[in-house]
Amino acid sequence: MNKKSFKAFSPLLLSSILVLSACGGDDSSSTNSDDVQTAGSDIEDATELSFWTFAGTHATFYANAAERWNEENPDNPIQLTVENYPFDQMHNNLLMALQSGSGAPDLADIELAKFPNFLQGDVQLEPLNDLIEPELDSFMQERLDIYAKDGNYYGAPTHLGASVVYYNTEIMDEAGVDIDTIETWDDYVEAGQAVVEATGKPMTTIPGNWYGIWPFVAQKGSDFFDENGELTLDNEENIETLEFINDLVHEHEIAEMAPGGQYHAEEFYGFMNDGGQASIVIPMYYMKDFTTYMPDLKGKIQIRPMPTWSDSDYQSVTMGGTGTAVTSQSENVELAKEFLYFAKLSKEGNIQLWRELGFDPPRFDVWEDEAMREENVYYEYFHDDIFDILSEIKDNVAGIQLSEFTPDVLTEIDSNVMHNVLTEQSHTPEEALKESADTVRQKMESAN
Amino acid sequence: MSGLNIKNSEYVHETPNQNPPPSGRKKKNNSLLRLLNSKKVAPYIFVFPFILSFSILTLYPTIQAFIMSFQRILPGQVEFIGLQNYERIFNQTFYKALANSTMFMLLTVIILVTIPIILAILLDSNLVKSKTFFRSALFIPALTSIVVAGVIFRLVFSESDQAIANQIIGFFGFDPVRWQFTAWSGMFLMVGMAAWRWMGVNVLYFLAGLQSIPKELYESAEMDGANLFHKFRHVTLPFLQPIIIFVTTISIIGGFRVFEESYVIWQGNSPGNIGLTLVGLLYQEGIQQNDMGFGAAIGVVLLILIFFVSMIYLLVTGAFKRGDE
Repeated sequence: MNKKSFKAFSPLLLSSILVLSACGGDDSSSTNSDDVQTAGSDIEDATELSFWTFAGTHATFYANAAERWNEENPDNPIQLTVENYPFDQMHNNLLMALQSGSGAPDLADIELAKFPNFLQGDVQLEPLNDLIEPELDSFMQERLDIYAKDGNYYGAPTHLGASVVYYNTEIMDEAGVDIDTIETWDDYVEAGQAVVEATGKPMTTIPGNWYGIWPFVAQKGSDFFDENGELTLDNEENIETLEFINDLVHEHEIAEMAPGGQYHAEEFYGFMNDGGQASIVIPMYYMKDFTTYMPDLKGKIQIRPMPTWSDSDYQSVTMGGTGTAVTSQSENVELAKEFLYFAKLSKEGNIQLWRELGFDPPRFDVWEDEAMREENVYYEYFHDDIFDILSEIKDNVAGIQLSEFTPDVLTEIDSNVMHNVLTEQSHTPEEALKESADTVRQKMESAN
Repeated sequence: MSGLNIKNSEYVHETPNQNPPPSGRKKKNNSLLRLLNSKKVAPYIFVFPFILSFSILTLYPTIQAFIMSFQRILPGQVEFIGLQNYERIFNQTFYKALANSTMFMLLTVIILVTIPIILAILLDSNLVKSKTFFRSALFIPALTSIVVAGVIFRLVFSESDQAIANQIIGFFGFDPVRWQFTAWSGMFLMVGMAAWRWMGVNVLYFLAGLQSIPKELYESAEMDGANLFHKFRHVTLPFLQPIIIFVTTISIIGGFRVFEESYVIWQGNSPGNIGLTLVGLLYQEGIQQNDMGFGAAIGVVLLILIFFVSMIYLLVTGAFKRGDE
């Protein structure tokens, strides 16, 4: 290489270094924790506990709980550091830390759809049986089973996550529909037709992810796996369910695809807030989204149980939800577990879940509690009888079955099933479910 | 590296002592220094930091990935399962990811080679005023965080009628597009983001190349009656060829490795897998679904693929012969 061409190349080299380092820069900047909250840092001799979560609101909740813990347990104080990471990053980091045997926090929030990943191999989480079993009757069994393996409970539930229908009464009134007359899904379709006719607005929208099918499937008493872990994704009930959803969009034409593709997208919040649709089927925890992102709907939203299927009594389904776990890498397992009980599993903790986060507490025995009736932003935004409605249906709440292959099924639904059936209309519900079931089955076979 | 420093500091420390009495230790130091400075050893010392970081950060993980691709990896349970991971790879999802990555690679190579050449020539000519401004302006996207860029792209190309992109095409009488939900627009978004990001960098490469073209050649070409196109075709292009080959090669590699552009738009799962890339599939299977052995196998296949495609390209363009000229 002569001097001249070297001269030409040296800036080139420099810039390639720049490019490479720019690539690296993205990674390192994102490993920084977005948000760190500490509690009890001013107390001497406090035991240090670390906590990872992916929701800022949860971080505040646990920091507050630690403050209360320190007030009530002055002889055994804790210094809690809650780190809040982006959703995917937190789960990935936790998985890697548990896999490699070092670097995990004492406690961590693990989201429902990610939980099965953490129950594989030698489980690196601590069983919570000694905390949960004495009070098993106060909880809904199915909710606890989601985070269980071989009889061990590994996750403390954050909420019951009962799916309900939120009706926009302004639109329903305009269409002249009394929402209390909607008892079955057939009634719902009829009401939807009235809404579309009177207002031109859709009765609901269907998200392009599993929220658009799983609640309805589970409410029918079916699921993606049976209790033995066999894949039932393409069974008769599920095909029927998807056909029903498909009909909502393409035959009855009372539903559209959700703007932004899902219920947690900026586009959707704006659409819903502007009175874009008459109703939405989603778990109770969505109250927080209403109060935060849809201020214009204040006082216009009524909560009701899901309409029923003709062949099933379920009026709600427990969906979504985060399990909080204590990792085996913790040096203070017992203390971490005690704190977890205090913060989330105890009666007091459950009441705080409602007060601070607007979650329907997973313990039934607090629903009647006086403290639950105190005025808060959620009663103000919605209506006073939220827990009367929930209490009425509490025996008719369906649970869900999880398997270590649930993440695979959910990926198939998110990227193939909903898209191919509802958006592209390139597959019938049966074809799409069978195709995805085959893909997952192939994977299950090779993994065993 | 640290060894070298110590030797140097000792040397510096002892130099003020002029005409030192010959001592065994000093001699040893001198001979060591001479050895370090010798033509045989010095190059190795200079490349040592690179070799070290390469071994730790690239070679070791690569070897480990090869090993992992034959394993099933769960906490506390790591076992060899032979070729099972590889047997599972070649399914529909993989081919979809391969098709997406290949299409992305081809489009980015075409866009990120042709347009930067034209821009570089414009910036090098006398037609453009305030060149420094344009040079910096073109380079800024490369310094922008891809996450920030992704958020902005998502908002600009959101599906609502009020989104900027839909308003612009609406102005020309087109219907709003659901940008993030159809195959062609999804690819358009990914390629658009990559083009926006890397345009300035490639312009810099070509600008550097243009500087090295002797101006006399253009003058003599003019005297022979060459027009603008002739000069470009017979003077500029041949001189830029090594840089074109370089840029194309890194674009091929970068194209196959695409991940961020897809991830920031769809966060993992795209509808109908329209944004699924090979690295995206690796991430999805290996990390999101906790199947690291399978993810590693995808990585190995990707490595082989990139190796062959780049080799073929370099052979065809004769890049290997260049050194002998």
